[in-house]
Amino acid sequence: MSAPAGWEAVIGLEVHCELRTATKLFCGCRNEFGAEPNTHVCPVCLGLPGSLPVLSTAAVELAMRIGLALHCEVRPSVFHRKNYFYPDMPKDYQVSQYDEPINVAGYLDLPDGSRVGVERAHIEEDTGKTSHVGDTGRIHGAGYALVDYNRAGVPLVEIVSEPGITSATQARLYASELRAILVASGASDGRMEEGSMRVDANVSVRRVGDLELGTRCEVKNLNSLRSLSRAVDHEIGRQVAIVEGGGRVEQQTRHWDEDRGCTVTLRSKEEAYDYRYFPEPDLVPLAPDAAWVEDVRSSLGPMPADRRRAVVALFGAGGASDARADQVATVVELGLDHLVVAAAGAGIEPALALARTANEAAADAAAAREVDPAAYTALLQMEQRQELSATQAKAVLAELVTGGGAPVEIARRMGFEALAAGSLAEVVAAVVAEHPGEWERFCGGEAKLAGFFTGHVMRRTEGKANGKAVAAELAKLQG
Amino acid sequence: MPARITREETAHVARLARLDLTDDELDRYAPQLAGVLDHAAQVAAVDTAATPPTAHPFPLRNVLRADVPVPSLDRQVVLAEAPAVEDGRFRVPRIIGEAP
Ligand SMILES: [Zn+2]
Repeated sequence: MSAPAGWEAVIGLEVHCELRTATKLFCGCRNEFGAEPNTHVCPVCLGLPGSLPVLSTAAVELAMRIGLALHCEVRPSVFHRKNYFYPDMPKDYQVSQYDEPINVAGYLDLPDGSRVGVERAHIEEDTGKTSHVGDTGRIHGAGYALVDYNRAGVPLVEIVSEPGITSATQARLYASELRAILVASGASDGRMEEGSMRVDANVSVRRVGDLELGTRCEVKNLNSLRSLSRAVDHEIGRQVAIVEGGGRVEQQTRHWDEDRGCTVTLRSKEEAYDYRYFPEPDLVPLAPDAAWVEDVRSSLGPMPADRRRAVVALFGAGGASDARADQVATVVELGLDHLVVAAAGAGIEPALALARTANEAAADAAAAREVDPAAYTALLQMEQRQELSATQAKAVLAELVTGGGAPVEIARRMGFEALAAGSLAEVVAAVVAEHPGEWERFCGGEAKLAGFFTGHVMRRTEGKANGKAVAAELAKLQG
Repeated sequence: MPARITREETAHVARLARLDLTDDELDRYAPQLAGVLDHAAQVAAVDTAATPPTAHPFPLRNVLRADVPVPSLDRQVVLAEAPAVEDGRFRVPRIIGEAP
């Protein structure tokens, strides 16, 4: 959706992305989701006196990968302390990059042809996880809170777009393309539901033609792409209604309530935080030299836009219209496009390879990414040669994804063993010879007797024959 | 030299640091804080036109470590230091407002 007639929306997105490193940003504690609470903590990430942070090389590399994938300039950078009181950080400050971030001035091209500027992509540390307990469970009525610091100090990159997004649809497209890039660059698993990618939206509205920006509100708690587009749409509508009603939009931070489908005030400008940023004295500047930057640049694989083009190209000249765009987007986003490319390269119909990958393999994408492309191709070959029915092929594919192995073996184990064309012909001929009367009537036009012959062939082959193949043999014998 | 810090600014800084100062204390501390800042402001009088800005007193850059996990602390040891604990987590007083 876009803004109501006569209005335009000005939207900027801030995306926090947890980096896939083995350790936290400044200490050797494991960076791992879902561990027992407070088992990945040490003096550094607990902010104990006398401890000193040391920056992780891997986090810097992944941050550079993100920056370079977004066409940013990688610059010398400095860490700052962002001071605030909240129990999610035991140090009472968060180490972040403030006025000298590592990546600046990039952009992101969206599948609809538009381009959104990226102001910066800087490194910072994540906070711990607080759970509110007691009363209603809602924040304001909570009796007390419990804190797990496993996530405190996990490396993040915050990607700040320019306020150049104009609709909820474009905001969603930006977030989904950015997620695909984060995954493709190896920086993140992009899982919004686990919080490894988190999106905040800055939204303001103005009348078409106005140059001055309206007062903006920041919307938080957007845990899915769907929440993002719903929340932005709602916020645009809310602000337009205020201004059209003669009111003024107040600068606020607002919280998206997914169940009620609206945004609610979290805090107003008067309560805005004063973070008193100052340079982190325990860390020295970070200044990757040109050789390191070029090293990282050359190790970046093709980005999602290029990979989508490569899948579409498998369909030949009519590719753009024949390849289903949603399936192409899915296989690239899930990192399964190499399976489609490998299969099509070995002679599988691109439409079959794309459909099986986008629908069946995608159901367990993490496991499917580990599947041997040769085995995957072999399976699709069995389906294409009709040695397996579509239903059988899907069942074998599910087995292949979860357990690996050779598709022929899996098919045999599942009782889908196909009969070689030669031996099937023999069985069909034998059945026909044993039932001359039925055969005569079948040849005389009693088509439903096909079922009679097929049934006998199935019994004799213990169900291993393919129905279509039996019909073909019968047709052959009829001449 | 920058303008002297006012009583209101001192109150604001105290609030940021979660210090609950009485009126008397504000009257006493505002000039003291101003004095400290005046002292530090002497640095501003030095001619630094030829000195490049620096973020750190040591001429070091890129102090990095390999991304190799090391054992964390024993949770029992960690939580033993906390005033209150529940379910393997730090128990803290009711929180007013949301995370920044
Ligand atoms: Zn640690």
